[in-house]
Amino acid sequence: MVDTFLYIALFAISIAMSGLIYRVVKGPSVPDRVIALDGLGINLVAVVALLSILLRTSVFLDIILLIGILAFIGTVAFAKYLEKGEIIKRDRNL
Amino acid sequence: MKTNNVILETATRILLFIILVFAIDIFFAGHYYPGGGFIGGLIFAGALVLLLITYDIKTVAKFLPFNYLVVIAVGLLFAVGTGIGGLLFGKAFLTHWFTYVDFPILGKLSLHTAVLFDIGVVLVVIGTAMAIIQTIGESD
Repeated sequence: MVDTFLYIALFAISIAMSGLIYRVVKGPSVPDRVIALDGLGINLVAVVALLSILLRTSVFLDIILLIGILAFIGTVAFAKYLEKGEIIKRDRNL
Repeated sequence: MKTNNVILETATRILLFIILVFAIDIFFAGHYYPGGGFIGGLIFAGALVLLLITYDIKTVAKFLPFNYLVVIAVGLLFAVGTGIGGLLFGKAFLTHWFTYVDFPILGKLSLHTAVLFDIGVVLVVIGTAMAIIQTIGESD
């Protein structure tokens, strides 16, 4: 019974992810694609959580926090590249 | 025009310590749960990369005055040193020992010399990742 709900939720998330992939491919501007990739990362968190319920294991829970941190750092790095033209500055006061 | 990214700097000040604590937790959980030296070192380097993105190379170098090539060397020294520790007691190279110690607050802990080897792995991973990123970031 619980497994049926989990499969339905996974199906809904896969539909949401295919919509985000459409936005990554089609998106007219670069920020559209960055936002869609960030959303894909967060959806991946949901997929890992549902799979770890489905497989009855708790060893994947570290992966959830790891994907969240990596999605944040990647999005911040891309946003800084779009804003300033370089990711790591030598001296920000110049 | 000088842009002001106060939101990112405030968020980094809070998130940095959460990421560092997560890296240390993953590192020490490596013997009984998923994790260990490699992924712990990569998350630690990720926290330092977040610091580099938010601030700049000069500020981070003032905050953490390490030469990362020396960090790699110290890590390799840790790994080789635990191996030679086995030779000193007449056993094979890289023989490890463990013992159970009762700590006052933490309770019964198993102290294992493999942790020293893992500290070497962590230092090598942090040093390699940060040396690559800083070298690419400094070149114009």
